[in-house]
Amino acid sequence: MLLIHCPCCDETLPEMEFAYAGEAHVARPADPSAVSDAEWEAFLFIRTNVKGPHFERWRHIHGCGRFFNAVRDTVSDRFLTTYPAGAPRPDLTTLMGDDA
Amino acid sequence: MKDMSIDTIAASRAATVTALSPVARFSLRGRGDAVAALSAALGVELLARVGARAQAGARDVLCLGPDEWMIHAPEGDAAAIINACAGVAAPHALVEVSDRELSYAITGPQAAELLTLGCPRDPDSIAVGEGRRTVFDGATVILWRDGRDAFRMDVWRSFAPHVTHLLATGCRELALG
Ligand SMILES: [Zn+2]
Repeated sequence: MLLIHCPCCDETLPEMEFAYAGEAHVARPADPSAVSDAEWEAFLFIRTNVKGPHFERWRHIHGCGRFFNAVRDTVSDRFLTTYPAGAPRPDLTTLMGDDA
Repeated sequence: MKDMSIDTIAASRAATVTALSPVARFSLRGRGDAVAALSAALGVELLARVGARAQAGARDVLCLGPDEWMIHAPEGDAAAIINACAGVAAPHALVEVSDRELSYAITGPQAAELLTLGCPRDPDSIAVGEGRRTVFDGATVILWRDGRDAFRMDVWRSFAPHVTHLLATGCRELALG
């Protein structure tokens, strides 16, 4: 079981209190009717599917109820950091140190 | 050992689970300017830290999230709470949820250990006088810790038979040593 730090509660808690919510920083086009089919397809379906540090959304559903973002290594399952929704992407070089 | 009243769900030397009388419950949402105005109207400070509680008289207010609180009060106080918040002009949402949930007291020397049967988080991480929304064997619950060996649990009523059955089983098992 993963232990996840909720940035809103400032507590590190078992994964069972949380729900995964897909890749983070995927912004819905402000005017969907203005984008091409290819751009809409990219928004709906195309994800990075990265091997390594992945920017993803979580929700503390059995707790404060808030969505937040995390960087999790998809190989080791280790959480590098969590941060509030709406905050910019953290710098990976800083997060990963020598592993970057 | 005390008599098994009809409100006692389970009792052993480890812990006792009791159904509590109905209370008025409100879900309160608001942010920014609304927080201070609602605090003044209710006469209870709406604390900002998740898990913190504040009381005034018989009103007990628990911070569930950054803009969300749960209010418990005697049933006779419900109309006064609705009136108090109706006078607050800043946008907010006060929803009465009194009938949505049932509450149980979980007390006794192994009360916290009994909760570990269904709670993935350590019940001891909830300080005395605080509370948390969390999960108990799949059901979202709110835990209020009133003393070292005294918790209250709010459960959505359709989950109550499952939750109380599990707590009763745990009471028996813990007493076996
Ligand atoms: Zn949280």
